[in-house]
Amino acid sequence: MATMSGDDPQRSVEQFLYRQAECLDTGDWQGFIDLFADDGIYWMPADPSQATGDGVPSIFYEDRDLMAVRMRRMMHPRAWSQKTEWGTNHVVSNVRIEKHDAASGLLVARSRFHMMEFRNDSTRHFAGSYIHHLQPSPDGYRIRLQRVDMVNAQGLYDYVLQAWV
Amino acid sequence: MDLRQAVEADRVHRHVYTDPGIFEQEMDRIFHRVWTYVGHESQVRKPGDYWTVQVGRQPMIMIRHRDGTIHVLHNRCPHRGAMLFGNRSGNAGPTITCSYHAWQFDTDGACRMVPLSKGYDGTRLAPGGADCHLRDMKRAARVESYRGFVFANLAADGPSLREWLGDARIAFDDMCDRAPAGEVEIVPNCFRVIQNSNWKIFLENQLDALHPAVTHESTGKAAFDVEEEMKKRGGHAPLSYHYMSAFYTTPIAKWDQFQTLNYPHGHCILTGYMGLRPRDPDTLAYEEAMKQAYGEKRMEEILGVNIHHVLLYPGLSVQSPLQQLRAVRPLGVDKTLTEIWHFRLKGAPEAMYRRALGYYNLVNSPATLINADDLWNFWKIHQGLASDGGEWVSFHRNAGQDLEEGGVVTSCIGTSEAPMRNQFRAWVDYMGAR
Ligand code: FES
Ligand SMILES: [Fe+2]
Repeated sequence: MATMSGDDPQRSVEQFLYRQAECLDTGDWQGFIDLFADDGIYWMPADPSQATGDGVPSIFYEDRDLMAVRMRRMMHPRAWSQKTEWGTNHVVSNVRIEKHDAASGLLVARSRFHMMEFRNDSTRHFAGSYIHHLQPSPDGYRIRLQRVDMVNAQGLYDYVLQAWV
Repeated sequence: MDLRQAVEADRVHRHVYTDPGIFEQEMDRIFHRVWTYVGHESQVRKPGDYWTVQVGRQPMIMIRHRDGTIHVLHNRCPHRGAMLFGNRSGNAGPTITCSYHAWQFDTDGACRMVPLSKGYDGTRLAPGGADCHLRDMKRAARVESYRGFVFANLAADGPSLREWLGDARIAFDDMCDRAPAGEVEIVPNCFRVIQNSNWKIFLENQLDALHPAVTHESTGKAAFDVEEEMKKRGGHAPLSYHYMSAFYTTPIAKWDQFQTLNYPHGHCILTGYMGLRPRDPDTLAYEEAMKQAYGEKRMEEILGVNIHHVLLYPGLSVQSPLQQLRAVRPLGVDKTLTEIWHFRLKGAPEAMYRRALGYYNLVNSPATLINADDLWNFWKIHQGLASDGGEWVSFHRNAGQDLEEGGVVTSCIGTSEAPMRNQFRAWVDYMGAR
């Protein structure tokens, strides 16, 4: 696990992002949710020009409770569309720390991702940028806000997204 | 196959869903003859504002002219055929200019300018020439709107929009009346999701009260469990959880207690009540605004309307109490695009918009917690119908028990397959397969 104290923040943020990607790619949904602060939000804007997800249409705008609904749905024995074999592969790169408040330890990191999804014998590709607002906690960073801008946010979706990207 | 043998009163042959030839006939005989929802007036506020839209097979635009009228035009240059708009929406300015040879058109489609126009002297396209009207952009044969919802029709003959909607126009009355100002405003965001299945499979699902407890059990149970946990923590879940948990807390037998109303032209309504009138402060503030606007009696009438879904066959599914709609754009025999929009009740407190938004995000976004399992079903249905595993699709449930009065078929049983039978009555008429 990445720790912060004594570490190079660049390196510990990268390790954190890789760990999050690994949660998604291994289906460790609870592990993914636990990376968020108690009031943390996972947000995928409907439109890249949006400055907040509050009160506007979003593809995802989920607090930990809604994330729990999504997770429990996927784990339900009769979540029919989960029956087909599927999986993802996330690659996260271009990690830059944009802001780092030395006093509070709050940190804003920007990165790029590419995700390939295999589902129902075919593949789809999604790509875009992440902005992570991170806060330090005794056992690593916690996400206050993760913004996920998909390059094709406004495009046609052939089928839908079931898990976080 | 002979279309007259494809549809019976209680069953439909699988080819109707999978035969590309029948799909082409549907485009000509249904989608090019009915009223197609093209957008809401509030989408194009200023002169020159436009949105592209597909009507049947036709790429078209809805555009606001400088005199305030809304026009629906073929997105095609009369010169050599280039599409005039390659993007989805925007403002054309005072004129529409073709990117190929700069022919210019007014925002009502009339040709304003042809460069080096003397090149047409003495031809049929010259001003005053036999074909000079062919310099204009081609218009939809008819454009009408009802309470701000704009429809286009490619056929010059046939019922007016108002006649065609008939009693099913309650979809728009119910939505608009719920606004203290009596009208709604579009939220300019469209979620577009492709279903890999025939368009009719989607329409049949919209009023299928038998499926939610089965298909959506997983999401229903998940939302229910989290709702309970939130209660234990001393909080309470937003109403949007309730829309999802209802699929778990409403057993199949309960869905039988709803009703469907089946109208001419294939339109249908599923009545239902998912607890849309709770007694929380937000609802009370909204009801106060409604009372101010309408008086108590009329407000009770409006809020008492008991609709879950209205289907306007063949291209629109409206959830009026939640201010959302899904427009159906068939792309091919096994490929269907849905365009999903939601609206703001004018004059209602912001909290009421948040309610519609919660539903829009959770149910209708591309990360939907509900439609993931519907679309998966639709694909599996289409695959099954493309197979030789059987010839017929069954619509026998409660067949022969429908009550018909004045052209309206009422199923007193929510899970009756009356809406599907009604859709095919319209299909047979449009297709000339009686
Ligand atoms: S094709 Fe449009 S001006 Fe020639
Ligand atoms: Fe459904």
